[in-house]
Amino acid sequence: MNAVELRPLVFAELRKIAPELEEGDVAPDKLLRDQVDLDSMDWLNFLIAVHQRFGVEISESDYAVLDTLDRICEFVAARNPQGS
Amino acid sequence: MTDFKLPSLGADMDEGKLLEWKVKPGDVVKKGDVVAIVDTTKAAVDVETWQEGTVQALLVEPGTTIPVGTVIATLLAPGEAPGAAAPSAAKEAAPSPAPVAAAREAPAPPEGRKPISPAARKRAAELGVDPATVAGSGPHGAVTLEDIERAGRKPAAGAAPDRAAEMRKAIAAAMSRSKREIPHYYLAETIPMQRAAAWLAAENARRSMTDRILMAAVQLKAVALALKDFPDLNGTWREGAYVPSQAVHLGVAISIRQGGLVAPAIRDVPELPLGELMKSLADLVKRARAGSLKSSEMSDPTITVTNLGEAGVESTFAVIYPPQAAIVGFGRVAARPWVEAGEIRAVPTVVATLSADHRVSDGHRGAAFLAELSRRLQEPEKL
Repeated sequence: MNAVELRPLVFAELRKIAPELEEGDVAPDKLLRDQVDLDSMDWLNFLIAVHQRFGVEISESDYAVLDTLDRICEFVAARNPQGS
Repeated sequence: MTDFKLPSLGADMDEGKLLEWKVKPGDVVKKGDVVAIVDTTKAAVDVETWQEGTVQALLVEPGTTIPVGTVIATLLAPGEAPGAAAPSAAKEAAPSPAPVAAAREAPAPPEGRKPISPAARKRAAELGVDPATVAGSGPHGAVTLEDIERAGRKPAAGAAPDRAAEMRKAIAAAMSRSKREIPHYYLAETIPMQRAAAWLAAENARRSMTDRILMAAVQLKAVALALKDFPDLNGTWREGAYVPSQAVHLGVAISIRQGGLVAPAIRDVPELPLGELMKSLADLVKRARAGSLKSSEMSDPTITVTNLGEAGVESTFAVIYPPQAAIVGFGRVAARPWVEAGEIRAVPTVVATLSADHRVSDGHRGAAFLAELSRRLQEPEKL
């Protein structure tokens, strides 16, 4: 599964943290935390959800590059092409 | 026989609406058991009992709004015979289905359904609004067509907008009372965080993702440990006198996504290992935002901590949540110029603040507390 195919799945995990989000609220190439009200607890819970959903390890040093929805999807796709 | 009263769930709660009983007459309860769910302006709260015994009588019907302190049930002590003592409160309360004198009738829903006109019900179906989530403004709480139209104009169906308005009123009442009654003083201290940040990065690197710790938990633990030497900051002001608390139950200010905030407690924080404190914090935030808190969490805080660093602010000078006597604030942890051994370096720092009640403590004590907090944060491995 490539990054574009992963996008709705990753967005679904994000919506569990921020249920007020609607389709189209998040520009995938823009900074996520500028668009969505996520504190550090929300952010950690989101990344844990991505980790559990797609089975990818995310170290704290990776956080800095995971700043857009697209980059998160690319990160997952590179580590788990099956997307499951 | 023991009276079970609706407990206070914070300075901003005068009354609550009984939503549901979780026990029935004859049930045996122990300390910490949830006996009822009560809706407050901030959340639906699980009300716990701190007594053991057998439920003798439930004195209030679900749907009834009741003032804090109202006897809502009676319990028999372990070993006490059911008919041994005529329960005075129950006697007073027994004559009517909603027997507490001060209780106000909420909308009288037949078998759990709110009264609603056919036109309003039809319109609710058209708009996808659940009438059960709409506050009725008609006779006996009936949901009117206008109520449905109003609810239908909101992006999400339900009572969230009403909840937000009620929460704002409650916060306004508590904060107005605080500013009216409590002579605040305010102090700030810039604390270097490089040791804490480095220690936390190393600690998290050896933990699994699900066990990682946030800096917010580190700060909470440091506050709790520092408070052990400052009983004049950790307690409550009640009936004209200050009552210090032996235990440190930290209230944590948690913003609600729909607006407003709650500040429920994590109990006995000094005794919690950091990993457990983080789990407690995560659980509390999750339940606070889901509107599922326990009565003890709402009534127990002995001091509150607010962290607005997430919002990007340098520092916060918070308003004390009565009847507490102090509140600690944290701003953003960020690299700032810092002079050490005569050299300027970029170092992660945080501005910690203290707002405290001048009836109980003086600035000198507050300053000593912030110094102790700073010292604790320089030894993160001991937290």
